[in-house]
Amino acid sequence: MGFIKQLLNGLQLGSIYALIAIGYTMVYGIVQLINFAHGDIIMVGGYICIMLIPILAQFGIPAWISVFGAVVLCAILGVLIEIVAYKPLRNSPRMSALITAIGVSLFLENLFMLLFSPDPRNVPQMFNVTMPSIGGFNLSFPTLITIIVSVLIMIGLQVFIKKTKIGKAMRAVSEDTDTARLMGVNVNATISITFAIGSGLAAVATVLYASAYPQIDPLMGSFIGIKAFIAAVLGGIGLIPGAMVGGIVLGVAESLAKAYISSQLADAVVYGILIIVLLVKPSGILGKNRSEKV
Amino acid sequence: MKKNLLVLTALVLALSLLAGCASGAASKGTDTNANNSANTSKAISQVMVGILAPLTGNVAIYGTAAKNGAVLAFDEINKNGGINGVQIKYDVLDEKGDATEAVNAYNKLVSEKMDVLLGDVTSKPTIAVADKAATDRMPMVTATATAPDVTTYGDNIFRACFIDPFQGKVMATFASDNLKAKKVAIVYNVSDDYSSGAAASFKSTAESKGMQVVAYEGYGNDDKDFKTQLTKVQQSGADALFVPDYYNRVALIGAQARSVGFDKPLLGTDGWDGVLKVLDKDGAKALDNCYFSNHYFSKDTDQKVVKFNEAYQAKYNEAANSFAALGYDAAYIIANAIKTAGTTDKEAVIKALKSTSYDGVTGTIKYGNNGDPIKNVTVIKILNDDYVLETKVSA
Repeated sequence: MGFIKQLLNGLQLGSIYALIAIGYTMVYGIVQLINFAHGDIIMVGGYICIMLIPILAQFGIPAWISVFGAVVLCAILGVLIEIVAYKPLRNSPRMSALITAIGVSLFLENLFMLLFSPDPRNVPQMFNVTMPSIGGFNLSFPTLITIIVSVLIMIGLQVFIKKTKIGKAMRAVSEDTDTARLMGVNVNATISITFAIGSGLAAVATVLYASAYPQIDPLMGSFIGIKAFIAAVLGGIGLIPGAMVGGIVLGVAESLAKAYISSQLADAVVYGILIIVLLVKPSGILGKNRSEKV
Repeated sequence: MKKNLLVLTALVLALSLLAGCASGAASKGTDTNANNSANTSKAISQVMVGILAPLTGNVAIYGTAAKNGAVLAFDEINKNGGINGVQIKYDVLDEKGDATEAVNAYNKLVSEKMDVLLGDVTSKPTIAVADKAATDRMPMVTATATAPDVTTYGDNIFRACFIDPFQGKVMATFASDNLKAKKVAIVYNVSDDYSSGAAASFKSTAESKGMQVVAYEGYGNDDKDFKTQLTKVQQSGADALFVPDYYNRVALIGAQARSVGFDKPLLGTDGWDGVLKVLDKDGAKALDNCYFSNHYFSKDTDQKVVKFNEAYQAKYNEAANSFAALGYDAAYIIANAIKTAGTTDKEAVIKALKSTSYDGVTGTIKYGNNGDPIKNVTVIKILNDDYVLETKVSA
């Protein structure tokens, strides 16, 4: 019983990591850029939610509906960042784009500290659902919804990439940008769509995150962003299934290490595993040694 | 590719280190410290108290409150005839929350012939000043510096507040005597002295009181997920959970504790003060029937407290807090010691400070073997989105 509970805790945390890691991995797959600002999109999504929730409440609309506003606004922000900060640098050395990404991250963090003060803000309850307790086992609704939503999104995304025209264009661009362009793929539009999807998923992750950990602050993105980035690398960066596997593995490993090894040393244990995995298989769990594409 | 990943991983690690530093700096700093005063002449001809406090910078809100409390007390004493007819002079210097600035300000106060120092406010600069004051044998009373080290520099250093580990001791006593708990659990921040110090003393007191410590779990400074630790606590069958941390994290831990099905009381320390400010009505439900220790309770109906609150409100047009109350008590401790000594001679004042027995706004203060007060601690209960005075505990 205790083990199942801890496993569910780990799955919930891992699902959130996975959703965020998808954003890192898609962008990396298509433009070979580690988008450090991705973590801060989550933070922006959180602030959009706490702005929207009181407005929704006036009309009696449940708080979780704010996810739609957050997805749209975060997707727009993601595209905007790409056009303003990354597009002009597309043919520059990769390091320049990476430094720019760090710059965007710091810009967003400091902007939001200025706008909302560095103090953490509490997020109102997202889901007003009480789950029945079965034999002393009470699964919380946010845990359940987080796992279900993540699984659905991952399946949906996989179908989207494999079956749709836009998905095919994304794969083509990540395979070979120049050839894709010669074949008539609109490369700029495809890259923008990738950023939009990644950022939109980050907004979904925000709402799930806030339902479990109802507090946001301007610097929250850097820490959770790094964890998700690690999940992406662990699973094999550039691969969407890798992001899912990496996220889940990281979340579950974290939970079980805290529960059964030592909560004081949990992070050391988890990152020890990470280092060993990368030493044995530098391309990540699902990575093929040459592949770095979506 | 391999090389790129290495570079990236290195960058990420460097970034996470930076992030760690930033949040570390942001979470510190609820402790403050107070004052001291002494005179070297035979009879009292004049009394000069130096007040050190951060009035600007990150911790200015603590410094300003402590200073306001102290100034209120000195003005009150002067209005009532001063010490044996001699008016107390005081000079307030701003040290901006910085140890170097604090030492400079201390030197300036010494050159102004300060008899006693009331200060500093936060622990770090207080320790820097305490080191100097010990060499000078300058009587020193800090109102609010709670780090255990502060009073170890010399027997001339005193404080009005209790120290961090003392709260662990008090809350363990409270859990045992008042809540009749048999099994207790502890969840604490491993990277914060305030939290780990209180956790360790709670643990040892709980064990010596015959309670069983069924979980002793840590978490990191940047953690937002505590469900794993809390699930363990819930499964351990603990009667109470001790969470010595600041209010922002307590708000998170409270909500998650209830979501994993832990319905027993949470216990905390003065860092909890203000937790209801960051929670809405629904969120506050998670902390119903939880208890935390504090220096004083603003809605205490004790006459001294009521009088202090009214006077503070009238003078500064804002509600007093713990820092103000401690500043006020520190000022009275100093004035009483000089009066008892009958002189401003430093050694005489130090001796008088040691024998302090003062009934103040933050409790009855006496000193034992060192400059840490033996005082009772206010235990506050959270109920229906409000603070209620539960009891006063002495450990």
